[in-house]
Amino acid sequence: MATNPVVPPASPLRWLGVVAAPAALALAFLWAGGWLAPTRLTQAGILDALHEASGMQLGFRRNHAKGVCVAGWFEGNGNAAGLSSATVLQQRRVPVVGRFALAGGLPFQTDAPAKVRSMALRLMPPDGQEWRMGINDIPVFPVRTPQEFHDLQLASRPDPATGKPDPARMRAFRAGHPWLQTAMEQVTRRPLSSGFADDTYRSLDSFLFVAANGTKTAVRWAMVPVRPVMPADSHAADRDYLFRQVIDDIHAHPLQWHMMVTVAGNGDAVDDPSRIWAWDDRQIDAGTLTLTTIESEEGGPCTGITFDPLVLPEGAAPSGDPILPARSAAYMRSFFLRSGERSAAPAVTPGMIATPSGAKDHKL
Amino acid sequence: MRNPGSFSLPSRILHWLMTVMILAMLFIGVFMAATVGPGYHRLVTVHRPLGIAILVLAILRLGNRLRSPPPPLPADLPPLMKAGAKASHILLYILMIALPLVGWGMLSAADYPIPLWGESMRLPPILPHDPALWAWLRSAHTVLAFLLFGLVLAHLGAALFHGLIRRDGVLPSMVRRVRPD
Repeated sequence: MATNPVVPPASPLRWLGVVAAPAALALAFLWAGGWLAPTRLTQAGILDALHEASGMQLGFRRNHAKGVCVAGWFEGNGNAAGLSSATVLQQRRVPVVGRFALAGGLPFQTDAPAKVRSMALRLMPPDGQEWRMGINDIPVFPVRTPQEFHDLQLASRPDPATGKPDPARMRAFRAGHPWLQTAMEQVTRRPLSSGFADDTYRSLDSFLFVAANGTKTAVRWAMVPVRPVMPADSHAADRDYLFRQVIDDIHAHPLQWHMMVTVAGNGDAVDDPSRIWAWDDRQIDAGTLTLTTIESEEGGPCTGITFDPLVLPEGAAPSGDPILPARSAAYMRSFFLRSGERSAAPAVTPGMIATPSGAKDHKL
Repeated sequence: MRNPGSFSLPSRILHWLMTVMILAMLFIGVFMAATVGPGYHRLVTVHRPLGIAILVLAILRLGNRLRSPPPPLPADLPPLMKAGAKASHILLYILMIALPLVGWGMLSAADYPIPLWGESMRLPPILPHDPALWAWLRSAHTVLAFLLFGLVLAHLGAALFHGLIRRDGVLPSMVRRVRPD
């Protein structure tokens, strides 16, 4: 029996045919992964910029790193049920796990009145249609796009010589982004409340509520405190004063917020979180959030999850706001990285939760 | 025997259907794992049902392969190349089944909800909530995906080597119906 040679002679053109298709696929794959497009903004690029601007520590969230876990429930009142079929907005009570945090990558940063505070929530109805959100106490997001967010982080990174942002770099960023002037002023000039308990937290990004009949309505929402808002005062002696205060507050009695849904009016920018909406938009009180317990992140229920704002129930959907997918992607990346790292004990320890501070000076 | 015949029609349909799905899946995966762009959420939304479809088809395909075995490789192929072909095919089957399971498992361990079709149809978790396990599986998902992509390239290169250089019956056996001699 005559056998072929293992590799019979063939023209170079045929060999090119063998190599070309796998090589083309490999190149396309590298391009898709961003390796051949070094200027494309990636998840790693966002986390690197956050790291440069506000530091980071292994095992902690890459932003809003200093936090504490809370829990309670959300009670829908049905007022928004005509706009959204989400089960949590019906008349019912669903369990909630949440987190209060300070913006920035350092988990042991010193509390200060003007630092951005956040509330993160995971609403867990029994049908599994859970809703997660990360909401902040600023009136608008300072930027419109992931690239602007990245560039703002780099512009505001501390100068190694002074430890403070380089004013020239910030001026250059402002000059290059005149359309963000108003948003940045609104963030800087916002009124500051005394603590986590009397603060208002806003979705900033817009979402679509989807009614049972499929009608979509652009909305934003805010958690507005039930208790009276007190002006901020500083507690220079205690680097954790905001957290000690909210521990004492929750130990004293449950904390409540109204979920105020704002329906977009004709002139409102749905896909631009840097632009505030009209003051006379329709507002709906959709339900009440009640927080009754507080726990350290060490072993607490808010640590091993991420508050991805695109974990939405049936009845809510993302808008075209480009910040939303970037947040979803960056939160996933941060959650992945920190979950594989060994973390130090958080700033708010189980001991701090157990012992009332007694040092606080409430003005209620 | 110069010509051992071709793969059965169901085998060929499954092969080419899954070629498209797996290549799409690999490209969507590598793109969405890096991007912060507007496509991120939409691609993640497509990645999950496509992965589950690949898992289901891979299991069907394994059953189909056991029921109607592939035509034998050319008799004059050196034993080392035969062994390489067999090993790479086994590994392809393992990865087609393992990658979707690792993806499903990692989302379970991360305590993410796993919407399959819209928000109303969700997959149950297949692993307990465990952040360290999530991080480990998330890394494994990447490593296995790169391995699968490498294998796909090698598979394609080998097929073209058979078709263009050796010009034996291997490539036609998956492309069209060939009567055995």
